[in-house]
Amino acid sequence: MRSLATARPRPFRLGTTGLVYLALVSIVLVGTAVAAARGHNLLGTANLVDMLTRSSLLGFVAIGQTLVILCRSLDLSVGYVMALSSVVAATTMAGDPARIGLGIAAVIAVSALIGLVNGLVVTRLRVNAFIATLGMGLIIKGYLDTRYKGPAGDIPEAFQLFGYTRIAFLPLSAAAMVAAAVLAILFLRMTRTGYHMYAVGGDAEVARMSGIHVERPVITAHVLCSVAAGAAGLLVAARFGTGSTLVYASGYDLESIAAVVLGGTYLLGGRGGVAGTVAGVLILAVLDTVFNILAVDPFFKDVLRGVIVIAAVAIYARRQVDRTASRSRFAGSRGGPSGGTGDPPHPAPAEQGGRT
Amino acid sequence: MTRTAVPTAPGRIAREAVSRLVGGGSGTVFALLILIFAVIFAINPSFAQPPSMLAFAKQAAPLVILAVGQYFVIVSGELDLSVGSLVGAQVVIAAKLIDGEESRTVPVILLMIAFGALVGLVNGLVTTVLRVPSIITTLGTMLVLYGAIRLWTGGAPTGALSEAFRRPGRGGIEDLPVIGQLPWALLIALAVGAAALALTRSPYGRTLIATGDNDTAAAFSGARVWRVRTTAFVLSSLLATAASILIGGFAGVTAQVGDGLEFMAITAVVLGGVVLGGGRGTVIAAMAGALTVEALFTLFNQLFLPSTIQPTVQGLIIIAAVGYAARQRSTRSP
Repeated sequence: MRSLATARPRPFRLGTTGLVYLALVSIVLVGTAVAAARGHNLLGTANLVDMLTRSSLLGFVAIGQTLVILCRSLDLSVGYVMALSSVVAATTMAGDPARIGLGIAAVIAVSALIGLVNGLVVTRLRVNAFIATLGMGLIIKGYLDTRYKGPAGDIPEAFQLFGYTRIAFLPLSAAAMVAAAVLAILFLRMTRTGYHMYAVGGDAEVARMSGIHVERPVITAHVLCSVAAGAAGLLVAARFGTGSTLVYASGYDLESIAAVVLGGTYLLGGRGGVAGTVAGVLILAVLDTVFNILAVDPFFKDVLRGVIVIAAVAIYARRQVDRTASRSRFAGSRGGPSGGTGDPPHPAPAEQGGRT
Repeated sequence: MTRTAVPTAPGRIAREAVSRLVGGGSGTVFALLILIFAVIFAINPSFAQPPSMLAFAKQAAPLVILAVGQYFVIVSGELDLSVGSLVGAQVVIAAKLIDGEESRTVPVILLMIAFGALVGLVNGLVTTVLRVPSIITTLGTMLVLYGAIRLWTGGAPTGALSEAFRRPGRGGIEDLPVIGQLPWALLIALAVGAAALALTRSPYGRTLIATGDNDTAAAFSGARVWRVRTTAFVLSSLLATAASILIGGFAGVTAQVGDGLEFMAITAVVLGGVVLGGGRGTVIAAMAGALTVEALFTLFNQLFLPSTIQPTVQGLIIIAAVGYAARQRSTRSP
């Protein structure tokens, strides 16, 4: 994890990303102390594996969601893409180890296609991303519910290892998630499209006038987000050993957005990064594990999570207000890629949740 | 679906009327609504009878009321994801506290109104004063309400609603000539609609829309942006409370009763041509959007469409309708 802490997306992001990791460390410390008081070791192998396993699934989804949110878009279809991918993987592989590669390829193709459609609907048809991806989710849900009445397909043993193998306390799936995060960070920092994502998310109009094809980064982000959700679907299939259609009811779409925002990425695009998101995912996983150790009522967990997410974002918002006070920034971006109409220049950027 | 609505009528006057109807923005939803009803009537002429239409109105009333509340929030530039779990919470609260006793109906309804106002106030203040994006605030409220209600009831709702509580949702003025029963739900929805229309034309409503359009300009013009937006959230939660009374009476008590309603309300409002991000759209179109969503479900039932495929068709129609409206808007004002 330490290598991630040094890989920050922007020099001036040091503040928020640092804060997120500070929060993570203090939550781990407090959690360890609380668990120790109950005679448990939070950092014992079993609990570490539990935390890392929890975070790998949400991690994939949240990394993709980060890219989309950086472009000032949103993807509410990730949960359905996960469910579809797990079914596609399981039915393509059909229990035959020789077809593992084919199954993975099919998942990537299907999820990339969904992402492409999402991106095109958002940019070309100018449908609001919230509605476009919600509609896409409904379309996939209808297909899944009609076509499959329950778990479908069969995952060969060899691929199920992806879900269960671990080196000491590090599950293979968590390592793959971290690798995906590093790739995403490199993508954002090293490639032209990565830079363009920040530009388009910050201000699509200025980006356009600077000669950027504003549609390309948005479409790319949607494709990558769906592929990341597809990877999460592969992981689900590997864990369950079969295609599970009901994953979409687990709320990964909204939870991934919460993780991204918890990681310090600005919901209206242009600021933030994947490193923070990974910390956000880990914070949620650590909290879950601590709640489990303390045997907190599962319903009370929901209450606590809601309060914690709101509180954390309120703290970041306060910091962002401070920073914009010292940095004069013409924050008001006109018309996102989804074709809104002039947002005001914001003295305080976090004011609106409705996306234009 | 919307393709067929493209004007082909001969004659300039007709053409003008049609082009106004399908001219993007808010007009599209009315065209879509008429189209869906035309198809329903063609399949099942008996649906045009007053009793069927009134039954439809009774069923659609809660969503119309929710759409009005969501409209206020969306037009002010925010989003309210908490209405679904608020409806669920209110129904469960009502059942648990009333527990079948007629005499408790009114006090419990007053308590529900207070609770609704409190939730809206928290949503509004956290969004405006603490500057948390409303999608996160209301997502948090949604989680908190969802968890708290199940924690309180131990997972399964207990108690029962009183007859008086159920009357607005399922009762009506009985034994009228021709139409039979005139549902209270329809009258309540009409009253809410009329009040909402009056409110949008009032100084508050104009300030609300101005705030959604450009909150800096509104602030410079003397509007207290935080107060305007917080009021919108309170209105949304109060209307969700009203909808929960209708839904509780109509559908009965389960903890899942509100699941997904927030997305349906947002869909209805956006289908009505109201722009997410604020400042554009009318409350009448939002209500028509809610009717369209309900009419769509009725159409699915009339077509004997398997219930599992319905989301697919719903998703396609929403994307197509919103895309169509957006295309019209962008070509009209380049």
